[in-house]
Order: sequence, then C-alpha cells, then structure tokens
Amino acid sequence: MIYADNAATTKMSGAAMNAMLNCMEETWGNPSSLYGLGQRAKEALEDARERIAACIGASPKEITFTSGGSEADNQAICSAAALGARNRKRHIISTTFEHHAVLHTLKKLEGEGFEVELLPVGELGTVTARQVAEAVREDTALVTIMYANNEIGSILPIAEIGAVCRKQGVPFHTDAVQAAGHLPIDVKAQNIDLLSLSAHKFHGPKGIGVLCARQGIPLSSLIEGGAQERGKRAGTENVPAIVGMAAALEEACARLEENTAKVSALRDRLIAGLSQIPHAALNGDPVNRLPGNVNFCFEGIEGESLLLLLDDQGICASSGSACTSGSLDPSHVLLSIGRPHEVAHGSLRLSLCEENTEVEVDTILKAVPEIVGYLRNMSPLWKDKVSGKKKFIL
Amino acid sequence: MALYSEKVMDHFRNPRNVGVIEDADGVGEVGNAVCGDIMKIYLKIEDGIVSDVKFETFGCGSAIASSSMATELIKGKPLSEALKLTNRAVTEALDGLPAHKLHCSVLAEEAIRAAVKDYYDRQGIAYDPKDFPDCGSCEGCHG
Repeated sequence: MIYADNAATTKMSGAAMNAMLNCMEETWGNPSSLYGLGQRAKEALEDARERIAACIGASPKEITFTSGGSEADNQAICSAAALGARNRKRHIISTTFEHHAVLHTLKKLEGEGFEVELLPVGELGTVTARQVAEAVREDTALVTIMYANNEIGSILPIAEIGAVCRKQGVPFHTDAVQAAGHLPIDVKAQNIDLLSLSAHKFHGPKGIGVLCARQGIPLSSLIEGGAQERGKRAGTENVPAIVGMAAALEEACARLEENTAKVSALRDRLIAGLSQIPHAALNGDPVNRLPGNVNFCFEGIEGESLLLLLDDQGICASSGSACTSGSLDPSHVLLSIGRPHEVAHGSLRLSLCEENTEVEVDTILKAVPEIVGYLRNMSPLWKDKVSGKKKFIL
Repeated sequence: MALYSEKVMDHFRNPRNVGVIEDADGVGEVGNAVCGDIMKIYLKIEDGIVSDVKFETFGCGSAIASSSMATELIKGKPLSEALKLTNRAVTEALDGLPAHKLHCSVLAEEAIRAAVKDYYDRQGIAYDPKDFPDCGSCEGCHG
C-alpha cells in the first residue's frame, strides 16, 4: 500500500504510541483526583502542556486541550465573537477557502447578527496582509485565516497578517491544523492570538487537539460541566491522547527541517511528473506550498473513478469531486480559486509525509497517467474536446 | 462495509460494451459536465432488436457501472423492452447503489431513452413525446 493521504490523517508515530501506552499503564488516573495516581496523571497532563506550548512559542497557561481541530476552531471563533459583541463589534473577516469547521461556524454567527466578510483568495489560493488591512474596520471583532490550506496546500502570510491585526487591535485566529508539525509556529513572533491544531495531522492520535489562546483573550466554553482546563473545557482530560500528541509534536518539530527537505523533494518530483500529463494543472501556490501537498485537476475525467482505480493499485489519495464530497458541488476550495465545476470534478490530492519514498512517488507517477488516459478514453466529454466540439479549459 | 457492492465494482473495473459504434442507428447523450456526469449510448438496431450497444461515460464509479449494466440489460433485446428499462432495474441488477448515487442509474435509463428517441427520429418512426420526458433539473437526483 502507498499511503498518500496524509492531509486526511497520518499514521501514528512509534513515539506517540509508546507515550500513550505508557500513560494507559502507569498514569491512567483522573487528573482531578487527590491521591497519588490522580496526581501523577495531572503531572503527565501538565508536562504535556508545557512541551506543546514550547513547540509553538506559547506559555503553558495559553494551551487548552480540545477534541481536535474542529472544536478548537469553533471555540476560538465563538469566543472572539462573544468578546466582540460585548464591545458592539460584529464584523468578522475570513477567507472563502477556510475549512468547514470555520466556515460553518461563521455561517451560524451570521444567523446571530454578525457580518462576515470572506476575502477572495485569487488563483493561487492566498490572501495578502494588505487585503486584510483594507478590510479591517472599527467594528471588526475577529480575523480568522488559515495558516495553510488543507486541499491545495497554499501557505498564507500569517506573520504579516498577524502584524496587521495586532497593530489594529483586532484578535487574530489561525486554523493551523495543516501547519502544525510541518511549518514553524511561534505564536508570539507571528502575533497569533488564537491558534487551532489537531494531533492526527502530525502522527499523533485522533480526537485530540489544542486551542492556544493568548493571555488576555477570554475563552467562552462550548462544553459546560467540571472545572477542567481552567473552566474553559469541561470533561475529564484525555490524558493518554494528550501525552501522545505532545510526543508527536515534539518529534515533528525536532525534525521539521529534515522532514521539510525530504518531503518537499518528493512533492516536487511528483508535481514535475504529473505536469507531463496534457490538459492537467497544479492547484494552489507552486512556491508557498505545504511540503507534502500535491493537488491537480485533470480535464475530462471525474475524481472518484480515479480514486477507485488508484485504490485498486494500493494507492490511497483523495479528490474534491462532488461524488467524493457527497454533495452536488465539487470542493469549495477549488471553486474559490476559480476552477470551473467541470474541472474541479477531476481533481486529485496526494499528500505525502516523511515515510513516503521515491520509489512510491515513481509508482504513483506510473499509475496516474495510465488511469487518467484510460478514463479519458471512455469519456464523451474528453472526446468532444479532442474533436474540437468543446473547448479545452486547462 | 464498502461503498459499493461487488457487482458495482466488477462493472466499474471491467465495464462491458465500452466504446463507440461509428455507424450507430441511434445515439443518446445525457447529463452535463457541471454536475460531473455525462453518459453517451450508441445503438445498432436490426429488425427491431438491439443488435449492438456501446457506451462512453464521464463520471464516478457508479456512473460507469450503471452504464455498463444498462447496456448488458438491453443488448439483444427488442427495442420495446429496451425502452422499458428502468433505473430501478439497473440498480437491482447492480445489487444496489448508495442513496446519493441513485441518480447514476437514472442517467443510464435516460441515456438509453435518448438513444431510442434518436433512432425513431432518424427513421421517421412516430412516437408519443410523453414517452420521452426531459431529464429535468439535476437537483431532482442530486439534491
């Protein structure tokens, strides 16, 4: 099997699994309990908090554990919105290609009277700090812009946007789910007030994430109950997952440069090879791009068929076609960078990690053109383009 | 459980009757690129019998499998029977489709009807237009 869907989830690292197993055997108590077993669990929890904070330039008090990236996004945005509303600020700036955890939360806030302004992301899929500066108003309650896009891999100028927001006194949240463990993060240097991350994107366990909130930004809780996480997130902490996340993040950050060099070389080999396919186009920013992300549109074919045939050859990938999203429309990300529906249906995302090899990339490079050719050969849409009856788009 | 039945995967992996009939007696094309699926059916008719049928499809796995199964179900059959092919029959022959993929079987039924209508038009054979309603909006199936 060739696993090339690391943006969907990653395989857990040995370090993370060992940390979790050890925790489940030795420190399985409830961190809120007074006796030794509970207090040892509490120590493991706080140790993990310190280590995670150190990885992203935060202080431990700024770290709140959540069930993952979606919860962190929801809580960050709702907290900033509540804070804004108390000061009669009801304007929120974001982008058209955020994750649904952000966009759907913003939609809900729109229903509650907030005005949401989604900045266009252009053909490369990015926004500039200048766009943000021009959009900020006196009543802006929040700017929420992702660090890197999960589908097309564009990396956004987060530090510059952070500087604009800090200067204007507007809270800045970034969904760093795709960035954490893969790109450098320093919440202080980058002027990030709120940041979301999720462990299973960097070889940690699923169902655990972090909301990092700068001191002075009050969080509203989404889940009421006990006083865990300083009253900001009720429920007994998932200590094994938290220590697994800490181990995974430390490892990813320690090897960040080495992994980036290796993975981006594999990515560029894959991009160069797939670019040879006629009437195909790379999606996203070719330069400011996540090390592992490859995303192409192939004209005249549909993405799900491509995925099924790749799966038959043991290659795991994903697509933004409507058929794979389970809705009428293809990926909102591909539409937001101006791909027409027809072309967006024929998209393929391959996301690599440091465990992938050149041999695997070459296997993919052999499989994809063959399958694309096979599917085009049975596609009446492709035939119409070849015959000149319809125009090529790519 | 897998997304598709083994029957669907078999017809997707080894589609029957893929291709073009250059001297077809009737050709039907339905669907559109915006929705992400187009089916084209070619018919050869001899003495009122579907003597040959081929298809071309742009679409997902179930669209290709539905086209393949539909061509198998009408090949060698009288035209009158081919016209009676329903999307339900295609779905059943495939051992079912996921709910959000049922429109693929509808598309297969529509493509065959469109090809038969084209045959009638070319031959100057009279028919009741009510037997060939338009597919209508895509939302009917997708929504």
